[in-house]
Amino acid sequence: MNKSKIASLHDMLQNKEISCAELTEKYIEAIDRDNGSLNAYVTVTPETAMESAKTVDKKIADGKEIGLLEGIPMTLKDNISTDGIKTTCCSKILEDYVPIYDATVWDILKKQNAVLLGKTNMDEFAMGSSCETSYFGGAKNPHSLSHVAGGSSGGVASAVGGNIAVYGLGSDTGGSIRQPASFCGIVGLKPTYGAVSRYGLIAYASSFDQIGPITTSVEDAAAVFDAISLHDERDSTSQGRRGAPVCSTLKDGVKGTKIGIAKEYLESLRDDVKKAVLDAAEVYKSLGAEIVYFDLPALKFALPVYYILACAEASSNLGRYDGIRYGFKADNYLNVNDMIKKTRSQGFGEEVKKRILLGTYVLSSGYYDAYYKKAQNLRGTIVNAFKDAFTKCDVILAPTVPMTAFENGHAADDPIETYMTDICTVPVNIAGLPAVSLPCGADDKGLPIGMQLIGNTFDESAILRAAYSYENATDMYRTADFGVRP
Amino acid sequence: MKYEMVAGFETHVELSTNTKIFCSCTTQFGGEPNTHCCPVCIGLPGTLPKLNKRVVEYAIKAGLATNCEIAEISKMDRKNYCYPDLPKAYQISQFDKPLCEHGYIPLSNGRKIRLTRIHIEEDAGKLVHSRGNTLVDYNRGGVPLIEIVSEPDIRSIDEAREYVEKLQLIMRYIGVSDCKMQEGSMRCDVNISVRPVGSERLGTRTEIKNMNSITFIAKAMEYEFNRQVDLLESGEKVVQETLRYDDVTNTTSSMRGKEDANDYRYFRDPDLVTINVPRERVEEIKKTLPELPIAKQQRYIDELGLPETDAALLTKYRKIAEFYEKAIEGTKNPKTAANFIIGQIFSSLENESEKEQFNIKITPEALSELIKLIDSGKIRMNLAKSTLDKMLETGKKPSELLSDSDLAGLDENTFNELCQKAVESNPGAVADYKNGKQKAVKALVGFVMKNSRGKADALKAEKKIIEIIG
Repeated sequence: MNKSKIASLHDMLQNKEISCAELTEKYIEAIDRDNGSLNAYVTVTPETAMESAKTVDKKIADGKEIGLLEGIPMTLKDNISTDGIKTTCCSKILEDYVPIYDATVWDILKKQNAVLLGKTNMDEFAMGSSCETSYFGGAKNPHSLSHVAGGSSGGVASAVGGNIAVYGLGSDTGGSIRQPASFCGIVGLKPTYGAVSRYGLIAYASSFDQIGPITTSVEDAAAVFDAISLHDERDSTSQGRRGAPVCSTLKDGVKGTKIGIAKEYLESLRDDVKKAVLDAAEVYKSLGAEIVYFDLPALKFALPVYYILACAEASSNLGRYDGIRYGFKADNYLNVNDMIKKTRSQGFGEEVKKRILLGTYVLSSGYYDAYYKKAQNLRGTIVNAFKDAFTKCDVILAPTVPMTAFENGHAADDPIETYMTDICTVPVNIAGLPAVSLPCGADDKGLPIGMQLIGNTFDESAILRAAYSYENATDMYRTADFGVRP
Repeated sequence: MKYEMVAGFETHVELSTNTKIFCSCTTQFGGEPNTHCCPVCIGLPGTLPKLNKRVVEYAIKAGLATNCEIAEISKMDRKNYCYPDLPKAYQISQFDKPLCEHGYIPLSNGRKIRLTRIHIEEDAGKLVHSRGNTLVDYNRGGVPLIEIVSEPDIRSIDEAREYVEKLQLIMRYIGVSDCKMQEGSMRCDVNISVRPVGSERLGTRTEIKNMNSITFIAKAMEYEFNRQVDLLESGEKVVQETLRYDDVTNTTSSMRGKEDANDYRYFRDPDLVTINVPRERVEEIKKTLPELPIAKQQRYIDELGLPETDAALLTKYRKIAEFYEKAIEGTKNPKTAANFIIGQIFSSLENESEKEQFNIKITPEALSELIKLIDSGKIRMNLAKSTLDKMLETGKKPSELLSDSDLAGLDENTFNELCQKAVESNPGAVADYKNGKQKAVKALVGFVMKNSRGKADALKAEKKIIEIIG
């Protein structure tokens, strides 16, 4: 049984057990103390936070009811645009970039008086699985500082796992919410493509990117998802949540739910991870769910499809960083072309350059058919394979990552192996499906193991219900030795 | 050897929607640099485009007016290239699924210039060079464009001229663009090659970029035709390249060769959804199209019996044709109104632009009133003409300018008396006439006309005077 942190803090605020200013102060103090170890935040915004806190306190003092997310201290990944607050994508090229508008998700939460503590670390432009491609150095795992928080939303996961934020919003292009959530032993929800507006999210790969919550409980993930899953006129691909708020059916149980296991997801896993996932299946059985097994052979295309298409889109999305209008600009150039070349050469890190080169290559004439077009076709194959799978089951149970958190520096030493660790997360982004990662055990070093529940498009309610049932029946959360103590 | 010109056009036409193609900034020409901009049209990180529905509607109108098929399903693509005036480093355009395809423009010589496609896209900003600095103005960035691509069907400079003029005319008529070449709201790239007359094979082509006047298009094409013919005649080859035209020296020069051509790495823009155009929507839009100038001109000739030149002049601008059609309502002779417009009214307008605006002081109803007075014989042409001049000057209606006596007409007795008086008071002219000078009678008729203030029928008066003289 894992209680909703947001709900209990909300009650404390509403019942005046603690003022929002005091609560915020506690989090700011914890950040001051622990961020040096965790490196979760790249920008801390105490003034903004205290300002919101005072607004909330006034409301409470006036005897008004406050909303569930009002006054709750939280964070945003540093690729979500915040008006007047630096949004760097953890890249040198945007080191001093300050947006002049708010991302839709922040616009929504700001209006609900969310308390923004700061902006959190990430792999540069969300490209990476360890947070170590960040220009500001990687975020650390709150369960072991010699291990990474994961990536790319490593900062949010580190902050939430280390309790220097109650919750945060990350973005997930190929696993960037779920993988760090899994590494840090918390909950990460990647919503259906189109459920949450992407407006203001600095694009990595537009047809994969999706914003979602990272929280310490399924209930919190559901609450934040309900708040942000609104249709947005400014994002043509946005549709908003379908149907009732997911919170309304969260506790309905899994009796009769068909939980699918595809054998391809269980290949090349570390034994302890495989065991944890299969144990979870047993838990579901005991809760009255039915386990169905099937094959998903199309999954073998997922990694190449993902890296070809995501890099292709990235190569185009990142073309705009030329030093002309905003961001870093190189000194000492001969002419405008030289300026653009030097700005990009000096402003982007190695991983970003690698992906821009790869993406440019697969789109160039002569190679387009062999790579980009073929990958697009295979994307269709994967979409259809999942469609077919959801005729056999309601949700799919799979590991989130084939292992637990890497040691610091490992990703850079073995980049190909690191790409391979995305194997379980990328299929969901390719097919635009929702998936939630939650802890289901720990390895012998005490590092968390995560599992994910994958749903049909716009069926967040099914995966969150299944996740809640499991969470309610087990006790897999481990408290890290950081942050605000209850 | 005799050579033939083969040319095709890529024409960019700025659409006259109020707002830009992917945001709600104004499309107004000019303005202080970078004031018609927002996070979306300057491509700030994280922003997303939102397709302006009006742009799709205007492009469909353009397609229907040029006999195109309208695609049921269309999409937007990214054309990637790096240039400071392009803030996202890609232009959102259409690659393999344009909105309109397979149209044509009929020429007066009976030939048809086939249109390959019409697609929608965003315009780029503008570089401004000042005092050794290069600055960028993004006001124009995101202004909607259609690109109209023709097949290489143009065979002469006259055909090229007519093609561009017809496009301009049609786009203005249907109200999708003002097509002002001098302001850049219509720009042409000309692909041109030559081949021996009778040959079916296409020669190597060159492309002359960004032409913004019909005169320059004609001059550049002439220059380029001669240059290519000279090359072939002297045994050399035409090199495929992109050229710019210099209107001062009247020459073309190379911008880039084939090997320097950009690889645009087109791919579907993942930020924009499929454009669905239901057939019913196409029918709806079709119904809103006005009668097009070519059809209108033919109708004026066939139904109103106007000479071709009159029909062409009256249909050249939509406002004039609309004025004309209202002015002839309920009148007997459509030619009278045509004469008034082409003659007196046109001469009161300074230039083509004023003709296009057609901001004149009189209403078509007022002109119609004047013509009806002629039709009913209440006033004669001379009085009508002088009245029209006053109308154009003051904006008053004929009823406000003509007195009761002007309109009273001329009764038989007064007419007879005037003729008698003409003979009596001009003995010299009468003597001349009697001595065989037939023309002398005109002076006597003039007397009657003057003293009747133009109300008399000149032919009748001449008859009567001859009768009196005997």
